[in-house]
Amino acid sequence: MTNIVLDVDELTTKYITRFREDIYAVDHVSLQVEEGRAVGIAGESGCGKSTLALSLMGYYFPPLHYSSGEIVIDGQNITEMHPEHVRKTILGNEIAYIPQAAMNALNPTMKVINFIEDVIHAHHPRMPKKEIYELAVERFQLLGLPPEVLQKYSVELSGGMKQRTVIATSVILSPKVLIADEPSSALDVTSQKMVIKMLKDLMDKGIVKAMIFITHELPLLYHVVDDIMVMYAGQIVEKGTVDEVIFDPIHPYSRALMGSIIVPEEGLRDVKLTAVPGTPPNLKNPPSGCRFAARCKYAMPACRATSVELEDIGGGRSYRCIIPEDELRKAYEREDKER
Amino acid sequence: MNVKTKSDEILRGVGLTKVFGMGAGKTVAVDHVDFSFKKGEVISIVGESGSGKTTLAKMLLALTTPTEGEIYFEGELRNVASHGKRKEYWKNIQAIFQDPFSSYNIFRKIDSVLLDCIKMRGGRNFSKEKKEDLMREACSFVNLKYDELTNKYPFELSGGQQQRLMIARIFLLKPKILLADEPTSMIDACSRATILDMLMDLRNEVGMTPIFITHDIGLAYYVSDTVYIMERGRFVEYGTADDVILNPQEPYTRRLLSDVPKLHEPWDLSTVG
Repeated sequence: MTNIVLDVDELTTKYITRFREDIYAVDHVSLQVEEGRAVGIAGESGCGKSTLALSLMGYYFPPLHYSSGEIVIDGQNITEMHPEHVRKTILGNEIAYIPQAAMNALNPTMKVINFIEDVIHAHHPRMPKKEIYELAVERFQLLGLPPEVLQKYSVELSGGMKQRTVIATSVILSPKVLIADEPSSALDVTSQKMVIKMLKDLMDKGIVKAMIFITHELPLLYHVVDDIMVMYAGQIVEKGTVDEVIFDPIHPYSRALMGSIIVPEEGLRDVKLTAVPGTPPNLKNPPSGCRFAARCKYAMPACRATSVELEDIGGGRSYRCIIPEDELRKAYEREDKER
Repeated sequence: MNVKTKSDEILRGVGLTKVFGMGAGKTVAVDHVDFSFKKGEVISIVGESGSGKTTLAKMLLALTTPTEGEIYFEGELRNVASHGKRKEYWKNIQAIFQDPFSSYNIFRKIDSVLLDCIKMRGGRNFSKEKKEDLMREACSFVNLKYDELTNKYPFELSGGQQQRLMIARIFLLKPKILLADEPTSMIDACSRATILDMLMDLRNEVGMTPIFITHDIGLAYYVSDTVYIMERGRFVEYGTADDVILNPQEPYTRRLLSDVPKLHEPWDLSTVG
């Protein structure tokens, strides 16, 4: 039986605004990542995927607060731990997080090697500099980064090189889980390829055991992750393997997302891309029924009446909609014929 | 008498060149580029950063002077020698830029953005009602509600909304040519289709010629009639979208295409350095 490295159960976290309002940006999210697998989280801006990424670290800065649920990393329940203990022993050691525009984390007044020393000393204060240097060289070489970079300042590096440096640094202590939030956005296509290759190497070479990859660029997910979760308004609305969700989406929102993919392939010019009108609901007062109902073309009065649960339909697939799977599929087939 | 060489040609460039600096340190950003765009043709200029595409765009917009070469607008040699002549030219060519957040004057409300456009089209003396009707029409074209926007500042809108407001501007201005410089690169992937469809609807509605400048070859393939591939200041390949993307001839075009992740083809990462 494969080891579940990351087990998240009904995690709920909230932003508390200065008017003391609670905004549940991550609403009862459950997910499991097995050793050796990568999970992608897709969804539009504001769906909560970056907040989910932050929340998985187990270390919260106001205005983000933990509300309920559990996060278990390789058997350790980090939600029960004291925040200082999480900061010292979990962050960087067990779980690492690469935020958007991570390359900006590099201190322009420090050489890369000094930056790495800082990172390591935060968790292993007594590791000698020589040992840190050897570890850094070994790790950089393993990941295809020239060790000369260690002696450079960040201003001497290109955007792609900076991003790869930060990624390599964030996993230098070989954490079990890596969370990457849009690691290759804002990079040109060539640098993007290098970053993606590095992330795949991290998994293939066993440096990290599980990965969560957050992006709104679906074609990237297709080549990087094994499973996808689609997020909408703070909730997971669909789960499945990458092939299932991209080529055979069940939830209307997933279908709209997949229908908006632009790739330079034959057939792209023959169909009209889907665009979902409207915007996600305000999470200050989320709708009582399905959160997607207001923008959903299949919505019925029943959709707005009661909240909808994520339904497990077997084989690791689940989706959050009251309309039966086969009815949705029939509707999709009809539409595809008309397009 | 000026004879238009091609009656449906809207913009032509002959040997267009832009050089920055002098001597050994000079940079040839745009290198003797030739093109001929037809009215209503959807054009994309695809290149990576540093290819010269933005410099080319600036020359087309008369924001920078070519070092060499000529530009012909509707068959006649373009004259943008004075500020007055440039302003006249700008009635015919407008732009949407990549970053919606920095495209607006933060001190002015949304109404003023749209009113400026109405004035540029000679509507300075329209009645208040007529102006409001025009603004309402422009907003509804881009799925924004004028009544919700009035009195707001642009920074109170999301990126996608700001970009749509830019399109509302163009709806009011009705230029003959629209230059869209990376119009969707800062927009969520799932909202890109909306922006692109709006631009195409606008082209159909006002008979505009859109020129997309982008690094996104997928986008270029989706919207364009003709695609130009730009590398280090030159057009290395051009043709119909199908020809260039499905049957690329040049190694650079092939490389650009292979760098993009697709859904029905493996993504070869082994070539990464």
